[in-house]
Amino acid sequence: MTVVREPIWDDAPAGRLQGVARHSVGLFASFGWAAHILWESVLSFPGVVCRRNSRADLVKQLYVTGIRTLPVVTVVSLFMGMILALQVGLELRRFNQEIYLGAAVMLSLVREMGPFSCGLCLAACVGSAIAAELGTMKVNDEVAALEIMSISPIRFLAAPRILALFLMAPVLSFYCCVIGTIGGGVVGVTQLGVDFAQYMSSAISIADTKDLFVGLLKAVVFGVVIGTVSVAEGFGADLGATGVGKSTQRSVIVSFLMILMLGYMVTRMCYR
Amino acid sequence: MPEALIRFENVTKRFRGTAVLDGLTFDVMKGEVLCVVGPSGTGKSVTLKHLVRLLTPTSGRVFFDGTDVTSCDGRTLQRIRGRIGYLFQGGALLAWMTVAENVALPLEECTDLPDAEIERRVAKALEDVELSAAADKYPAEISGGMQKRAGLARAIVRESDVVLYDEPTSGLDPVTSVTINRLIRKLNHELGITSVVVTHDLQGALTIADRILLLKGGRCVECSTPENFVKSESRDVREFLAAMKGETI
Ligand SMILES: Nc1ncnc2c1ncn2[C@@H]1O[C@H](COP(=O)(O)OP(=O)(O)OP(=O)(O)O)[C@@H](O)[C@H]1O
Ligand SMILES: [Mg+2]
Repeated sequence: MTVVREPIWDDAPAGRLQGVARHSVGLFASFGWAAHILWESVLSFPGVVCRRNSRADLVKQLYVTGIRTLPVVTVVSLFMGMILALQVGLELRRFNQEIYLGAAVMLSLVREMGPFSCGLCLAACVGSAIAAELGTMKVNDEVAALEIMSISPIRFLAAPRILALFLMAPVLSFYCCVIGTIGGGVVGVTQLGVDFAQYMSSAISIADTKDLFVGLLKAVVFGVVIGTVSVAEGFGADLGATGVGKSTQRSVIVSFLMILMLGYMVTRMCYR
Repeated sequence: MPEALIRFENVTKRFRGTAVLDGLTFDVMKGEVLCVVGPSGTGKSVTLKHLVRLLTPTSGRVFFDGTDVTSCDGRTLQRIRGRIGYLFQGGALLAWMTVAENVALPLEECTDLPDAEIERRVAKALEDVELSAAADKYPAEISGGMQKRAGLARAIVRESDVVLYDEPTSGLDPVTSVTINRLIRKLNHELGITSVVVTHDLQGALTIADRILLLKGGRCVECSTPENFVKSESRDVREFLAAMKGETI
């Protein structure tokens, strides 16, 4: 498959109506294009692991995705847990039910907020960087150069990045839940006078394997979607630095929207 | 009569309604050096890109060794691309690899050569473009001209049948330009590499080319040997030569 593509139409649109029609067709085309990139990437995962150059790149991407985002993810999930604990805790205190604080914080983190905040961090930190990097490579003809050397840009560039996000997103999401729970506990102890041991035991008692797995499934879905969207936007960049800027912006927006919509859909499918 | 290896047949290319190539027709013979000259923005780079289907024509066809590049299937296209080395106008090196790794990339990824042989070939290619000293530097650490030469080394390292050079000497000092021009000629002589050289360096073109093609307004206005090119009666050629002379004086 060739990644360096041309616009579907060579000429300018004849009128506004045609412009709108073309825009809609283009939207569908870009969905198909992203799906195609994902499919081809999955097919070339074995190649990524087997080839020396790609394997080195995979290790680098795992580091960029998993380790370099840790500071941001830590701060975000810590405050996420603290906010949850404060909001829920104040309500619980009105009914003298603070003992359930741990359960409430843990449940919302594992089911929803952990994967969600991890997804937002990855889209903002990693997805944008992928789109900008690949977009710059595209407009500098580096992607074209790979194609001419018969090196598939999908295997060489897209697959390691998507694979790294696929592997790291659930790990980071789990980490988010742990840090968030600790953050909630700190608020519970200092602001609401809850006993930390009681908080933790309440949290652990509610933790259910199904919730955990659905949360991790969400994280995996988010990781793959962020990777695919960013790669597709990067490869779609055109017309110099402005084009790269637009692609990067679009990759973040589309990732955010997809995280929200897919988050809802997975929840809907798993909890009825 | 040598056979045509590359053939452009009435190729027209429009970008958003404006025609950049407009009925371009020319041949490149096997084993020749064809220099393409013309004002900036006339579609010289676009022409080269059509040859490897980085762009597809709005109408018309492009043949490589008898195969229609514009409509062949992916496998055939890959085989054709495998026979072509391409120097991009900007060098197009991968930023996270050193110069030597960049040059080795096509050999590592697409051939089964042993490491020692790859190393030997890379060293040879870097020596040819006088870049041995910068082998372990990253693209961002070397100058534009050096990046260009690294791209050139990558284009020739596979010793393909055809090499397409997009402005191999632009941004280089006169002495290095002469070296690069000699290298193109030498590769052509010794290995029979068919070369298409897009260039602004008319003096260089006159010394290395078997034929010179002047592109203007998306068409080929003159395509002849250097001797006939400078003697041509065509108004466009005269104007182009006069402008070039004015520039060099
Ligand atoms: N992807 C593209 N989209 C729209 N227009 C393009 C695209 N690529 C090239 N063009 C247009 O085609 C024309 C020819 O471009 P090209 O790069 O081939 O010029 P050139 O002859 O190589 O010039 P130079 O000597 O400066 O390199 C330019 O006017 C450019 O605006
Ligand atoms: Mg050009």
